[in-house]
Amino acid sequence: MGDGIYVKGLRAWFGETLVLKGVDLTVAPNAVTAIIGPSGCGKSTFIRCVNRMHETVPGARVSGQVLLNSEDLYAPGVDPVQVRRRIGMVFQKANPFPTMSVFDNVAAGLRLAGVRRKSRLQEEVERALRHAALWDEVKDDLDKSGVSLSGGQQQRLCIARALAVDPQILLMDEPCSALDPIATAKIEELIHDLKKELTIAIVTHNMQQAARVSEWTGFFLLGELVEFGVTKEMFTTPGDKRTEDYITGRFG
Amino acid sequence: MAADSISGVGTADGLSLPPRAVSRGRSGLGDRVYRTLILASVWLVLLLAAGLVAALTWESWAAMRAFGLRFLVTSHWDPVAGEFGALPFIYGTLVSSLLALLIAVPLSLGAAIFLAELAPAWVRPPVAFLIEMLAAVPSVVYGLWGIFVLVPWLRDWVQPALGRSLGFLPLFQGPPYGIGMLAAGLILSIMIVPYITSVSREVLLAVPGSQREAALGLGATRWETTRIAVLRYGRSGLIGAILLGLGRALGETMAVTMVIGNRPEVSISLFAPGYTMASVLANEFTEATSDLYVSALVEIGLLLLVVTVLVNGLARLLVWSVGGPARGARG
Amino acid sequence: MSPVGRRLVSTAVSGLTASAALLVVCPLLLIFGFLLYQGVSAINVDFFLHLPKPVGEPGGGVANAIMGSLIMIGLAVSIGLPVGILGGVYLAESRDRRLPWVLRFVADVMNGVPSIVFGIFAYTVVVLPMRRFSAIAGGFALGLILIPIVLRTSEEMVRLVPSALREAGLGLGLPEWKVSLRIVIPAARAGIITGVMVAVARIAGETAPLLFTALGNRFWHQGLDQPIAALPLQIYAYAIAPYDDWHRQAWAGALVLITLVFLASLAARLATRGRIVAR
Repeated sequence: MGDGIYVKGLRAWFGETLVLKGVDLTVAPNAVTAIIGPSGCGKSTFIRCVNRMHETVPGARVSGQVLLNSEDLYAPGVDPVQVRRRIGMVFQKANPFPTMSVFDNVAAGLRLAGVRRKSRLQEEVERALRHAALWDEVKDDLDKSGVSLSGGQQQRLCIARALAVDPQILLMDEPCSALDPIATAKIEELIHDLKKELTIAIVTHNMQQAARVSEWTGFFLLGELVEFGVTKEMFTTPGDKRTEDYITGRFG
Repeated sequence: MAADSISGVGTADGLSLPPRAVSRGRSGLGDRVYRTLILASVWLVLLLAAGLVAALTWESWAAMRAFGLRFLVTSHWDPVAGEFGALPFIYGTLVSSLLALLIAVPLSLGAAIFLAELAPAWVRPPVAFLIEMLAAVPSVVYGLWGIFVLVPWLRDWVQPALGRSLGFLPLFQGPPYGIGMLAAGLILSIMIVPYITSVSREVLLAVPGSQREAALGLGATRWETTRIAVLRYGRSGLIGAILLGLGRALGETMAVTMVIGNRPEVSISLFAPGYTMASVLANEFTEATSDLYVSALVEIGLLLLVVTVLVNGLARLLVWSVGGPARGARG
Repeated sequence: MSPVGRRLVSTAVSGLTASAALLVVCPLLLIFGFLLYQGVSAINVDFFLHLPKPVGEPGGGVANAIMGSLIMIGLAVSIGLPVGILGGVYLAESRDRRLPWVLRFVADVMNGVPSIVFGIFAYTVVVLPMRRFSAIAGGFALGLILIPIVLRTSEEMVRLVPSALREAGLGLGLPEWKVSLRIVIPAARAGIITGVMVAVARIAGETAPLLFTALGNRFWHQGLDQPIAALPLQIYAYAIAPYDDWHRQAWAGALVLITLVFLASLAARLATRGRIVAR
C-alpha cells in the first residue's frame, strides 16, 4: 500500500487573516489528487501546509492535523525539515539552482542527506532523471548549468531533484502554468507514470488538466473545501452549485 | 502656451512621444533652454572628471620623467636630496588594507548573513540602522578615537600579549609602540565593515525567494538553505562587496594618518610604524618645497586614483551581476 | 550528518553570525561613548562662540571652525546642488543611448575616489593659480565630492516618480521642460532634499581634501580668497598636538561634529521612511 495524506480541520493564517477555514481532505495513496479553484481560493496555501512550507513565511500560522499515514506532521516535536525531506515539492516556476550543474542540482537533496560516495550519487541521479523522463535529453550534458535547459526541461529537472531523495509524497503547485502545451503534455505523461509508485497532489487552475491527470479532485473557494470527489463524477455531475458554476466557467 | 504645440499623450511607459512639429514660440524656447542647462550640467561633470585625470597627470609629469618606474620600487624618500621612491607608501597602503580586509571580511559577511537570512524580523531594522550610522562617522573622529583609545590599548595590552605568545613570528616582533601597522589595519577594518556589510546584505536580499523555497522544499535547514541557495547565487556580488571595502580602505586618509606612525619604512612586523600613500599626501603636501617634491606627491595621488578606480570599477561590475545596476547611489 | 546534527549546525551558525553582527555594532557604541565621556566637559557656550585661544590659555572655542565649515559647505552646495540635480534628472529622464551610461559610470567612479585626491585636484586648479590657500579652493574640493552623490540620489528619486504623473502633464499639453520642472521634480523634492542632506553630512566631516586647500585658520577668515578654518580640520590639529586642553577640545569638537552628522543622516532616513524605496 502506498502513502496517503489525511488532512483534518486544517486552518491557516497569514498574520491575522484566516485564509484556510477548516479543511478535511484525503490525498489517496498511489493516485493523483487535483486541487482546483479560482485565484485566491487558498489552494496554494493548502498544499504548502502539507509539507510545512507555509510556516516559513513570517507571521504565518497553522492549526489542525495533517497525517502522513498515521503520523501527525504538526505534532509537537516534529522537525519540519524532516517533513520536507519526506514530502517533495515542485513549484510554479522552475527554480533550478543556476550556479549548479544539472548533476549537482539533482544531487543537491542527496548531498544534504549526507550521501557522499560518488558512485552512489551517480546511481541516484541517473535513476531520478530517468524517473523524470529527462535522462535521455541530458545524459551527455550533466555538467551544463541547470539553467541552460529549456523551460519544460528545467521543470522536469526540478521534478528529478525532488524525486532524488525518494519522497513518499510529491506536491506540485501549478507546475505547468509557465510552460507551453508540448512541455505541459510531457509533464502530464510523466505524472501518469509517477503515480504508480508515488502519491501526488497537484494544484492547477486548468480544469482540463485536472480532468486529464487526476483520480480525485477537490474544489476550493474562498478558503473552504467546497466539494471533493472522484474526478469524473465531479466534472460531469457536480454536487454543489458553486462547483458547477466554476466548472462551467461562470466565474473564476 | 504656443498654439501649435499639440502634445500627443505619452504611451503607456511614457518613454516615447510622437514626433513634434518644429516648435515655435515660448514652449520651444523653454525646452531648448532647459535642455541646454541640463546638458551643460552633464558636460560639466564629465569635464571635471576628465580635468581631474588631466591635472594629476600634468602635475606628476616631472616626477614621472625623472624617476620612471623606479618610483614604484625604490624606498628612498629624501626630499632634501630630491630622491623620491614610493615603495614604502605602496607597501603600507597594501598591507594595511589587506590586514583590514582579513579582519573585516569574516565579520561583515557574518553580520550580513545574519541580517539578511537568519535574524528574527524585529532585530533587523535597528541593527541595520546602527551599521549605517557607523558608515557616517567622519574619518577624523575614528582617528581621534584611534589615538586616544585604540593605540594605548594596543600598546599596553594587545601588543605585549601578542609579543609574548606569537613573538617568534616576524609579524609580531619589535617594541610595542601602539601606533603602527596593526593599529592602522584595525581601525581601517572598523571603518570598512559597515560598507561590506550593507552591500553584502543587499546582494543577499536580491537573491530571489524562489531559490530559497527550492532549498527548503528539499528539506534543508535554515543554514543549509542560506549556504546552497543564497550564498552560491550571490557569490560574485559578495566578492564585489569585499572589493568595495578594499577600495575604501585603500583611499582612507585621516584615521590611518593618525595611528600609523608615519615612518617611510618597509617592515615585516605589524608592530612597526609605516606610511600609506594617502598619509604621505596628508602630511607632506603643505611642506613640499620644490616642484619635484610636489610632482612626486601628485604622482602618488595619481597612483592612488588609478588603483581605487580599478578596484571600485571591478567591484561594481560584480555587484551589478547579482542585483542589476540600480545600486551604487551612495558610493 | 544526522538530522539532529544538521539542526545543531544551523543553530550554531545562527549564533556565530549573530555574534559577528554584535561585534560589528560595538565600535559605534564605544566611540560614541568615549566622545560623550571625554568631550562633554569641554562643551559650553564659549565653545561655540569663541575663537581658539593660544597654547596654555584655557577656554577658547571653535566658532571660526564652525563658521568656516558652514561657508565651505555653502560654496560646495551652491555649485554642486544645481549641477547634481540637473544631472540626476537627465539620467532619469533621458532617452539617449550612450551619454547617460557614460555619466552614470563617471559619477559612480567619482563616488569611489579618495577625497584627498579631490584635494590635489583643487590644489592644482585653484590654489596654484591663485597662489594661496582659500575657502574657494576648499569649497571646490567639497563640491567635487558632493556632485556625484547628489547626482545619483537625484536620479533614483526622480525615477521613483510614477510615469503616470509625467504623462498627465504631457497630456495637458504642457511642454517637456515645464513637466519636468513643475511636476516631476517637485514630486521628487523630498527625496532629493534627503539626498542632499546625506551628501552635506558627508562633506561636513571631510578633512583630507581641506588640508591643502582651505589650510585652516586660527582666526576669523579675512575673505573667501583666504585660508579658512573648518571643524574637522580643527579637530585634527588639536588631536595631534601635545596639549591636553587641546585634546579635550578635540573630543568636544568631534562630539559636535558626529552629532550633527548623525542628526542629518537620521533626518534623511526618517524622511524616506514610508516612501517607496527601491531596496
